[in-house]
Amino acid sequence: MPKIVYVATDGSQRVVDAVAGESVMMAATRHGVPGIVAECGGNASCATCHVYVRPESLPLVGEPNDTEEDLLDLAVTERREGSRLGCQIEMTEELDGLTVDIPPVQP
Amino acid sequence: MSGTLIVGASQSGIQMAASLREAGDEEPITLVGAEPHPPYQRPPLSKAFLAGKADLASLAFRTEAFYAEQKIDLVLGEQVVRLAPGLATTHSGRSLPFDRLALTVGARPRRLGVPGADLDGVHYLRDLDDALRLRGRLGAARHVVVVGGGFIGLEAAAVARSAGKSVTVVEAADRLIPRSVAPVVSEFYRRAHQRRGSDVRLGVGVTALTGEHGQVRAVELSDGTRVPADLVLAGVGIVPRTELAEQLGLHCAGGIVVDEFARTSEPDVVAAGDCTVAPHPRTRDGLVRLESVQNAIGQAKVAAATLLGRREPYSAVPWFWSDQYDLKLQIAGLSGGHDEHVLRGDPEAEKFSVLYYRGGSLIAVDAVNSTADYLTVRKVLDRGGEISPEQARDNEVPLKRLVSPPA
Ligand SMILES: Cc1cc2nc3c(=O)[nH]c(=O)nc-3n(C[C@H](O)[C@H](O)[C@H](O)COP(=O)(O)OP(=O)(O)OC[C@H]3O[C@@H](n4cnc5c(N)ncnc54)[C@H](O)[C@@H]3O)c2cc1C
Ligand code: FES
Repeated sequence: MPKIVYVATDGSQRVVDAVAGESVMMAATRHGVPGIVAECGGNASCATCHVYVRPESLPLVGEPNDTEEDLLDLAVTERREGSRLGCQIEMTEELDGLTVDIPPVQP
Repeated sequence: MSGTLIVGASQSGIQMAASLREAGDEEPITLVGAEPHPPYQRPPLSKAFLAGKADLASLAFRTEAFYAEQKIDLVLGEQVVRLAPGLATTHSGRSLPFDRLALTVGARPRRLGVPGADLDGVHYLRDLDDALRLRGRLGAARHVVVVGGGFIGLEAAAVARSAGKSVTVVEAADRLIPRSVAPVVSEFYRRAHQRRGSDVRLGVGVTALTGEHGQVRAVELSDGTRVPADLVLAGVGIVPRTELAEQLGLHCAGGIVVDEFARTSEPDVVAAGDCTVAPHPRTRDGLVRLESVQNAIGQAKVAAATLLGRREPYSAVPWFWSDQYDLKLQIAGLSGGHDEHVLRGDPEAEKFSVLYYRGGSLIAVDAVNSTADYLTVRKVLDRGGEISPEQARDNEVPLKRLVSPPA
C-alpha cells in the first residue's frame, strides 16, 4: 500500500495508506483528511481537491492535461509550481511516500 | 445529551455530520440510513459503475475508520418510520432520541404508471441495489428502451449503446432534458445520441409495456408504434420523500420547504439535499428543487452552521455535470427565465458553450467539452463581473479575457 503524506497549512501531517489505482483525492476523502473537499467526486469539475505536490515528487506524477490546466488556472485560489488536482493523480506503488501540501482554502 | 440525529446517510447527511465535526461540535451525532451499504456516491451509478469501469469500493464516501474516529454513530439498514419531537423510531423498533434533527432523506424514483410496469426487466436507477440489478441484466440484454430523456436516462443510454446494445430513448416532451437545458443544447444531445446509433423518439408517451412469461418484450407508444425491449429503464423523475416531515407537520410543497438557512417551518429542524425545495439561491424568487451533488453538499454545510447557531445564508452558484460518451457537460447557474442566449463554438464539433442572459445580465452557462468557458462563467457568477453578450459571441477570444471587472 503506497503511503501519501498530506501536510496542512499549520505544518501538521496526516499519513494515509492508499490503494494502488485510487487517486490522491479519493484516498484523502475516504480518510476524511481536512481541506480536500472534492465536491465533484473526481469529475474534474470543481477543483476543490487542489494540492501542491512537493518538487521532489513532481517528475513522478506527470503533467496535467488540458482540462486540469483550465481548472488550475481559473478555479484554484493560488496556483503555484506543483499545483495539481488530487483527483487526477493516480496512486501507484512507485509513488509511495508522495508528499503534498494542502492549500489554506479550497474555492 | 442525545445530540443530533441525521436521517438519511448519503451525500447530504455525510456532509452535515462531517461539517458539524469540522466546526468543533462535540455532541453525539447519529447518522441513520435505510440502506444496508456503507454510504456511497450516486453519480457513478449511471456512468462508470454501470459501465463496469468502477468497483463498489471506489464509491464509498469514507473509510469505516472515519466514522469511528469522528464519533459519528452510523446506523445502517434502519429506516426511520416514526418521528415525534425528540424521538425517532425505526422499522425494526429501535428508538433514536435526539435534541436536534436533520432530514436528508432524498427522493425515490417516480414509477411508471402504465399497464405492464411491473413486468420483469423494468428497472429504475436511484440507489446501489438498482444499479447492481441493472448492471447484472445489461450484459445479456439486446434491446434497451430508456423511458425519459433526462440526465440519468441519457447517461444510461450512452453506457448501453457503448456496450453494443440497440438503444431507443423515448421522451414525452418535444426535446431532451427539457427541465434543465435550453433547446439548443437539447437538440445537440438528440443529434449526438443519434450519431452514435441510438434511436431518439420525442413527443411520444409510453402507453403500455407488454411481455411474455412475465418478462418485458416491448414498449407501446402513444403514436401507435411498438418498440422491442428486453430491458427497460425508466428515468422519469424523482419524488422527494416528505412522509417524515409531514408527520412532524412541517410545511411541504413538492419537497420539504426550507429557507436560505436550511430551516424547515419548525426552526429547530433542518433539511437538506434532494428532499428539499428552497428559494432560488441567487434571486430568492419562488421555490426550486435542485437535484445535484453540489446542492446536497452546499445546503448540508449551511444546515450544519444553522444547527450550531450560526446564520450562513445559502447563496452558492448551483452547478452540475453529466457525462455521456466522451461528452462532458458542465452547467453553472440556473438558466430558467433567460431571455437571450449566446452560442460559442460549434455543436457539430461537439465542443461549445451556451451563455444565458436575463435583462442583459449573465445568469448561467451550459458547456460541452468546454471546461474553460464553464469555469469562467462560474467565477463571474461567484465573484461578480460581466461578460457582455456582444463580446461573448466572439469565439476567437478566450472567454476569460472578455470578463469586465465588477462595477
Ligand atoms: C444515477 C444517478 C446519477 C446522478 N448523477 C449526478 C451527476 O452527475 N451530478 C450531480 O450533481 N448529481 C447527480 N446525481 C444526483 C445526486 O446523486 C443527488 O442529488 C444526491 O445524491 C442527493 O443527496 P441526498 O443526500 O439529498 O439524497 P440521497 O442521495 O437520495 O440520499 C437519501 C438517503 O436517505 C435514506 N433514507 C430515506 N428515507 C429514510 C428513512 N426514513 N430512514 C433512514 N434513511 C432514509 C435513503 O435510503 C438514501 O440513502 C445523480 C443521482 C443518481 C441517482
Ligand atoms: S474532485 Fe472535483 S476536480 Fe477533483
